Amino acid sequence: MFSDLVDTVNMTETIVAIGTRKGLWIARSTDRQDWTLEGPHFLMSEVASVAVDTREGRSTLLAGVKSWHWGPTVQASTDGGRTWTESAERAIAFPSDTDTALERVWQLTPDPNDSEVVWAGVEPHALFKSTDRGEHYELVRGLWDHPHRPTWEPGFGGGAVHTILPEPGHPESVLVAMSTGGVYRSGDGGDSWAPSNPGIRAGFNPENEYPEFGQCVHKVARGQGEGELFAQNHNGVYRSHDNGATWDSIADGLPTDFGFTILAHPRRPGVVWVVPVVDGGERIPPDAQLQVQRSDDAGSTWRQQATGLPDHSYTCVLRDAASLDSADPVGVYLGTRNGDVFASADEGESFQRIATQLPDVLAVRAAQLA
Amino acid sequence: MPSAPVRIILPGMLRDLVGGVAEIEVESPTESQTVAELLDRAFAEHRILEGKVRDERGQIRRHVKVFVNGEDATRGEGIGAPVPAGARVHIINAVSGG
Repeated sequence: MFSDLVDTVNMTETIVAIGTRKGLWIARSTDRQDWTLEGPHFLMSEVASVAVDTREGRSTLLAGVKSWHWGPTVQASTDGGRTWTESAERAIAFPSDTDTALERVWQLTPDPNDSEVVWAGVEPHALFKSTDRGEHYELVRGLWDHPHRPTWEPGFGGGAVHTILPEPGHPESVLVAMSTGGVYRSGDGGDSWAPSNPGIRAGFNPENEYPEFGQCVHKVARGQGEGELFAQNHNGVYRSHDNGATWDSIADGLPTDFGFTILAHPRRPGVVWVVPVVDGGERIPPDAQLQVQRSDDAGSTWRQQATGLPDHSYTCVLRDAASLDSADPVGVYLGTRNGDVFASADEGESFQRIATQLPDVLAVRAAQLA
Repeated sequence: MPSAPVRIILPGMLRDLVGGVAEIEVESPTESQTVAELLDRAFAEHRILEGKVRDERGQIRRHVKVFVNGEDATRGEGIGAPVPAGARVHIINAVSGG
């Protein structure tokens, strides 16, 4: 009895929010070995983005939900995903002068510098900012009015700002990435933006393989080294040591330079994971072995981690369908297009399947709740 | 003088959002109003329905249908279609998806 009480008091819950094409599921565990699965929430609605806001001890979840019939919205939960509400007024709406309608919310990012701020990346290509913890959002005009915007093309999944990386400790510094369009940075909190893709190849561009912008970046992750960023592009894996001002290829040693997602260790500089996908129209794991590739030296060398992941696998992991938690050792989580979710409690050395037979997984976010 | 009110019948998926309300009765200030004007009046008290039925440009969502006295208004004049006093208006989710 007493030991049970102690366990309860010390209990930290790990949650894995799983956004799919037809709803949201939540896996929970107190030891990252035994998992329960709750859901679906928002059955038959697409959940392309999820954020877990643990700032100031919160257990808030935000989800970008799109009903095929009733359109996109942002749902919020303040009890760790058990109950959900949405604002009666549209949380995210394009101003009338833009003559544009919101298609989908692809990214929700709590700002590390301001616990009231949440950023939203949406389709069509636009960035929104909330200063009330994600209840209402305003269009970031500096990016919307950028002269390059008419040239940003939609990728296969649609044209969207899908990555938002505020720089911890530097509230004025924000990076976004989009497919296609590339990486853009702001040094004034979002008022103005400039492309930042030097060194990133756009092999699909027959006239200029190193354009100023227009790259098809799939995901960018912030590492823990000084100015350290990692990017998985459409054909290309890159690192930056100067906060995205320049990029160097780190694809040597990988079975393929294609993939959708990339993850960086929350505490250890230079530790990064990718999930390689064969290019050339196949879009399957190399040798049909679902795997992650891990580097401990900022991409200079790579090694495969696949224990517990299936072979004869013809699925893939999309750009936001992977996540890390913040525990020690770090947990690694992958969601696949055929509805499986795999969890590793040992930084990728071994995985177990914690969900299966879900709809195709679009977004995975893991976190520890107090 | 107000004319006979218009009755808007909601689909089940939207009723859940407004406390189980199945029908909204909207006063008709004239003999006829447009679909847009009707929805403006109906949604003034049920704000959450506004974002579900129309996008922020005021357009009825692609997979939503509005029938006025049995006629699909979204196939014709859309939000500008006339809604006569006393009409029965159905908002329905289209048969689509997979």
